Amino acid sequence: MTDHPMPEPLLSITDLRVAFATRGGLVRAVDGVSLEVRAGECLGIVGESGSGKSVTFASVMGLIRPPGRIEGGSIRFGGRDLVGLDPAAYRRLRGREIAMTLQDASTSLNPALTVGTQITEVLLAHAEDLPAGHGPRRRAARQRAIDMMRLVGIPAAEGRLDDYPHQFSGGMRQRMMIAIALSCRPRLLIADEPTTALDVTIQAQVLELIAGIRATLGMSVVLITHDLGVVAEYCDRVAVLYAGQIVESGPTAQVIAAPRHPYTAGLLRSVPVLSDLDRPIQPIPGQVPDLVDLPEGCRFLPRCALAHAACHAAVPMRGLGAGRAARCVLAEAAP
Amino acid sequence: MTALLEVTDLVKHYPIDQGLFPRLLGRPAGGVQALNGVSLSIRAGETLGLIGESGCGKSTLGRAILRLHEPTSGRIRFGGTDIVGLDAPGLKAMRRRMQIVFQNPYASLNPRKSVGEILAQPLRLHGLAKGGELRARVGAMLESVGLRAEHAARYPHQFSGGQRQRIAIARALILNPEFVVCDEPVSALDVSIQAQIIDLLDRLKRELGLTYLFISHDIAVIGHVSDRVAVMYLGQIVESGPARAVLRTPHHPYTRALMSAVPRVDRGDDRAERVRLTGDLPSPLNPPPGCRFHTRCAFATEICRTTPPALLPLDDSRMVACHHFPVRPA
Ligand SMILES: Nc1ncnc2c1ncn2[C@@H]1O[C@H](COP(=O)(O)OP(=O)(O)OP(=O)(O)O)[C@@H](O)[C@H]1O
Ligand SMILES: Nc1ncnc2c1ncn2[C@@H]1O[C@H](COP(=O)(O)OP(=O)(O)OP(=O)(O)O)[C@@H](O)[C@H]1O
Ligand code: SF4
Ligand SMILES: [Mg+2]
Ligand SMILES: [Mg+2]
Repeated sequence: MTDHPMPEPLLSITDLRVAFATRGGLVRAVDGVSLEVRAGECLGIVGESGSGKSVTFASVMGLIRPPGRIEGGSIRFGGRDLVGLDPAAYRRLRGREIAMTLQDASTSLNPALTVGTQITEVLLAHAEDLPAGHGPRRRAARQRAIDMMRLVGIPAAEGRLDDYPHQFSGGMRQRMMIAIALSCRPRLLIADEPTTALDVTIQAQVLELIAGIRATLGMSVVLITHDLGVVAEYCDRVAVLYAGQIVESGPTAQVIAAPRHPYTAGLLRSVPVLSDLDRPIQPIPGQVPDLVDLPEGCRFLPRCALAHAACHAAVPMRGLGAGRAARCVLAEAAP
Repeated sequence: MTALLEVTDLVKHYPIDQGLFPRLLGRPAGGVQALNGVSLSIRAGETLGLIGESGCGKSTLGRAILRLHEPTSGRIRFGGTDIVGLDAPGLKAMRRRMQIVFQNPYASLNPRKSVGEILAQPLRLHGLAKGGELRARVGAMLESVGLRAEHAARYPHQFSGGQRQRIAIARALILNPEFVVCDEPVSALDVSIQAQIIDLLDRLKRELGLTYLFISHDIAVIGHVSDRVAVMYLGQIVESGPARAVLRTPHHPYTRALMSAVPRVDRGDDRAERVRLTGDLPSPLNPPPGCRFHTRCAFATEICRTTPPALLPLDDSRMVACHHFPVRPA
């Protein structure tokens, strides 16, 4: 199935570089990231805190502000180049075609406006298929808002339209954010840690919801998370980020069954697994490198048990066939 | 087998500000029923894992045991002493033996004090060391949590989250306590760092013969660190027993739902077989009558809506509070 000629992916990022000028020096937050999201697929992005997950997709959304700067690379979405797109075109794109739910739901809803106002505003600004005329338009937007809230499982949606965000639980706020993000039926949903702050039972509800809507609307999803279990259960493909670079990518099941980068393998050994409680948890020693002062060679080298001389030179991503790639000199060797 | 810690029928209600809060939430005034009749015991040298969703009362229980919160009622005995009845000097002496590591390594360390001062403070407070001996003990403690003695001169902001949690652990252990409440000690950390801290806590426990109450909402973590587990829902324990037994064959519908909701790298394609929980955790301001879990339970019947199920022993090691599970022979 990997040999079919592929149509152009919905999103393709090539050699993206994003840096922040800080007092401590230039923080190279994203350093040569390339990835693709195809129509209808779910791509998982995993990586530790600070590895560049949010910055990569903030770049896609055109949300990098000084002191941050896109220093190079290209971002193509639906055949258009996004780097350097004018702000008005970007705003249209953001509302209608790409939507992102931000990491912190509690700060991304406006506490001073009712949830109903917040969702209808988005609809009035972006939905193309609402009827003409002030009154009918508003009524249609309100009805669509109620439908979206029902879709994300907010009980008695009509009655909750006039509630303020603080009257919702954390899980409901997250679902409300998803409702707003989905209200204009985007082709791509970028969900940045949609469930990190939630309990597992609520997390399961939110993830099932995203998976269900993706199937119904045929939308593509980028799921940013630090939880390999979430990726394993919900994503077709995965990209693993480490210190601003992708170190491994490929179909989720294969990457998890036989990782080709020592960092991915280390992560898998360090998560406790319910079905095998006797397997000891094996930590990865050390910590992530400082993004201001990166070594030239493999960024994982100081923590890697397999490191040798060749790892001190720059290591490019190596294609491994079957849609897989890894940034390790040993990637081709059977693990 | 004697218990080091024995908690009996512990109740903690937080009073509610009668003004704004209930009105904002549209809920009746009254107390937050954070703990409602919790009983448990921990033997010397064991780790009891406490699992449950956010707001179910885990931290309240951990803090009440150390009397960082005054319990509303109930009994807490530690090494034969009644903690609830202790006066201030008695409590101070007891605090040497019982310590706590908090969830958030960013908030729990004073940013204006050097790491050396943070670690020296408990030793000074209890008059246990000064001068060169004090510095030596601080240095040795830092080394035993995987940091270096020179780190004593640095400030918390100069450390990563994982290193700060090591400092917090060092602070808790510097008085040589017997018992430590670990309140979500790894929840704020990255996976690879989580594993380092779990490893450290485990090594220290073996080396120092510690007893832990280990609080977490991550069942896989709990499964790995605990000898026994207790599952909490809305201020009550719904199931308890040896960790392996409970996690291999959970009986209570809530334990089963909780376990089935955990996303797993090894599940394969059987995601569909999950026990799904609908709805949110009810408010502890106004918990449901009967079984507190009945509003989200797929098996609830009339009796569940009216009568609270008692936490009953199943055999000599397990307890379950459910009207229907496990199915008991008539
Ligand atoms: N406005 C900014 N100024 C300076 N540095 C920044 C800024 N925003 C992000 N960074 C840096 O860029 C790097 C990548 O950050 P990013 O938010 O993408 O991480 P992440 O992978 O999303 O992490 P997390 O899991 O914590 O959300 C980090 O080192 C961060 O400190
Ligand atoms: N000081 C306080 N005053 C009033 N209510 C409180 C106070 N501390 C906790 N509560 C309430 O008591 C209940 C139990 O809180 P607790 O912090 O013990 O939960 P938890 O299980 O530790 O949750 P988490 O997993 O989020 O840490 C919650 O409803 C909480 O809002
Ligand atoms: S007592 Fe009833 S409602 Fe409670 S867990 Fe058991 S079956 Fe469910
Ligand atoms: Mg992020
Ligand atoms: Mg807590």
